[in-house]
Amino acid sequence: MPTLPLNDAIGLALAEEMRRDNKVIAFGEGIATKRHELVTEFGALRVRNTPLAEGIIAGTAVGAAAGGLRPVADLLFAPFLCYAMDELVNSAGKLRYMSGGQFSFPLVALAMTGAGWGVGAQHNHNVEAWFVHSPGLKVVMPSNPADARALLKAAIRDDNPVVFLLDIGLLYQPGEVPTDAVPIPLGQASTVRAGTDVSLISYGKTVHHCAQAAESLAAEGIAAEVIDLRSLKPLDEAAILATARKTGRVVVVHEANRLCGVGAEIAALIAEQAFACLKTPVVRLGGPDAPVPSSFPLEQATVPQADAIAAAARQLCASHRPLTYPPMENSKCALPH
Amino acid sequence: MNEFPTAADPLRLYEQLLLIRAYENAIVQGSTDGRIPGTCTSVGQEAAAVGAINALTADDLILTNHRSAGHLLARGADPGRLLAEVMGRRDGYCKGRSGSLHISVKELGVVLTTTIVGGELSLAPGVALAQTMQGRPGIVACFFGDGAACEGSFHESLNLAALWNLPVLYICENNQWQAFVHRREAMSREHVSDWGAGYGIPVQTVDGNDVFAVLEATRNAATQVRDTRRPVLLEVLTYRTRGHFEPDDQGYVDKAELAAWLARDPIALCRDRLIGAGQLSLTADAELIARVDARIATAVAFASASPFPSIEELTLDVYA
Repeated sequence: MPTLPLNDAIGLALAEEMRRDNKVIAFGEGIATKRHELVTEFGALRVRNTPLAEGIIAGTAVGAAAGGLRPVADLLFAPFLCYAMDELVNSAGKLRYMSGGQFSFPLVALAMTGAGWGVGAQHNHNVEAWFVHSPGLKVVMPSNPADARALLKAAIRDDNPVVFLLDIGLLYQPGEVPTDAVPIPLGQASTVRAGTDVSLISYGKTVHHCAQAAESLAAEGIAAEVIDLRSLKPLDEAAILATARKTGRVVVVHEANRLCGVGAEIAALIAEQAFACLKTPVVRLGGPDAPVPSSFPLEQATVPQADAIAAAARQLCASHRPLTYPPMENSKCALPH
Repeated sequence: MNEFPTAADPLRLYEQLLLIRAYENAIVQGSTDGRIPGTCTSVGQEAAAVGAINALTADDLILTNHRSAGHLLARGADPGRLLAEVMGRRDGYCKGRSGSLHISVKELGVVLTTTIVGGELSLAPGVALAQTMQGRPGIVACFFGDGAACEGSFHESLNLAALWNLPVLYICENNQWQAFVHRREAMSREHVSDWGAGYGIPVQTVDGNDVFAVLEATRNAATQVRDTRRPVLLEVLTYRTRGHFEPDDQGYVDKAELAAWLARDPIALCRDRLIGAGQLSLTADAELIARVDARIATAVAFASASPFPSIEELTLDVYA
């Protein structure tokens, strides 16, 4: 199986989709410069650099999508999406519904985010929850090159607008990419590691931190299950509930601000639908309610690391929910004890 | 595709002016007693819409905004279905989900109507790019106001359309008002067209209350866009003679300025011209007015009888 960095897997997916469908075009801040091989293969009309003006880049993607094309717009860094919020949220997300279903917006908005480069809070802000909260949009954040390629292919083929977030810290991390080019349907989580004692649910780079934590927990005899959500909307609720019911102990992990982050939705979902299976309260690990600093140690401190994740899991496995009421009969809980 | 009234039959233009005014008046009347929700009317701006829309072809696409009744009716939209949309009824063009502010009618080429001021400007280059890249002949006409011209999206849009050679006809209906602020308080230049020239885009300014002048100017501008496949900016000078949104007491409006523009009412100007040229008799005028009034009465009855959408439809069409 060939090995590629995530950034190259994105380029591969773009080339494959542009080859397959001539309605796919790509434009954005330096995409024709940085991915010049696409210009060579597909021409300067289908691969374009743009002004550094996120509003019109996103707006042009929305208009082109409604007009029958499948644009991929590269907006560089996620905080720049603030300039594109109107076009993505008010137009792409709403005009299908508000027009009574007359229009579709098959577009992908690409942006980088996350710790790793020390670029500071105006280039590193994990804003995925904003878009999850916006009707009509889908949100994807892959954790490895193979998923990035397969999810981007699905996002390009999707008839809805997709905000596709790339974790800066993973961009140049290599990973195996299969030779087949099958898209992964949006809304399908993956089980990175199976386990029965505690569930670690995450996405993006913290999936790897969860996997490291699971490794050290295994050495202590704790079998942790690691779930990579991959797409945040649609959210794989079935996979979340299945793992919660299986282990009864859940740690939700993400780099984004914990306050009103995606983890809050996951914790609430579990509380509403799998409460009877829980042996302990759900724990959320996330970034602080603070702009991300540039200084490397401070930046790293905003990200839940493997040690903290393992510590949280260990604590959950050591404690038991005091039973203040008779145990409920609930056949949905896989391991009632 | 429907047949559009592209012929410049002067009487047909006049009838469209009457129809838009009667439609808006029905809404104003209905909103005073709560039968119809208040809207942003286009009263006073009818000639700008009728002149411009009739200069376009069936292939052309139109992006408009919250003050869109004139564009929609001139393009041939059914006033009954428009009113049903305004009233949130099932037979509205957008199944009652838009209300008055964002009515799109894809079958008429009126696409992506947005009420975010400047939103239409941010979408127009993309629509034009799709037309160009798919080899479609139609140009994109983007209607916006002087308020939208003060948004950053206006400047980003013109720059990109000029840079990428996109066939966009920018039509600024400068109605002198940006919600409750006079354009003099908000613009560093006297004309929006001054800004367009800065992007190397051909510009023209025209009397927006003279339907024939708007028709001719838009025809020339549209031809230029069609021939060059590059953007052109047409600034249409007119006046919003009612408030920003119904109801609005217009206490903030300069009475002398309003009176001066009311004295140049686009419908009266057109009528006088037609009568002077012997193309319209007083009898024929009365017949036209009666026909338009009857059409609007039918539309009000149709919309009022249309049911509300069912609650089950609340979350339909969010995702494809």
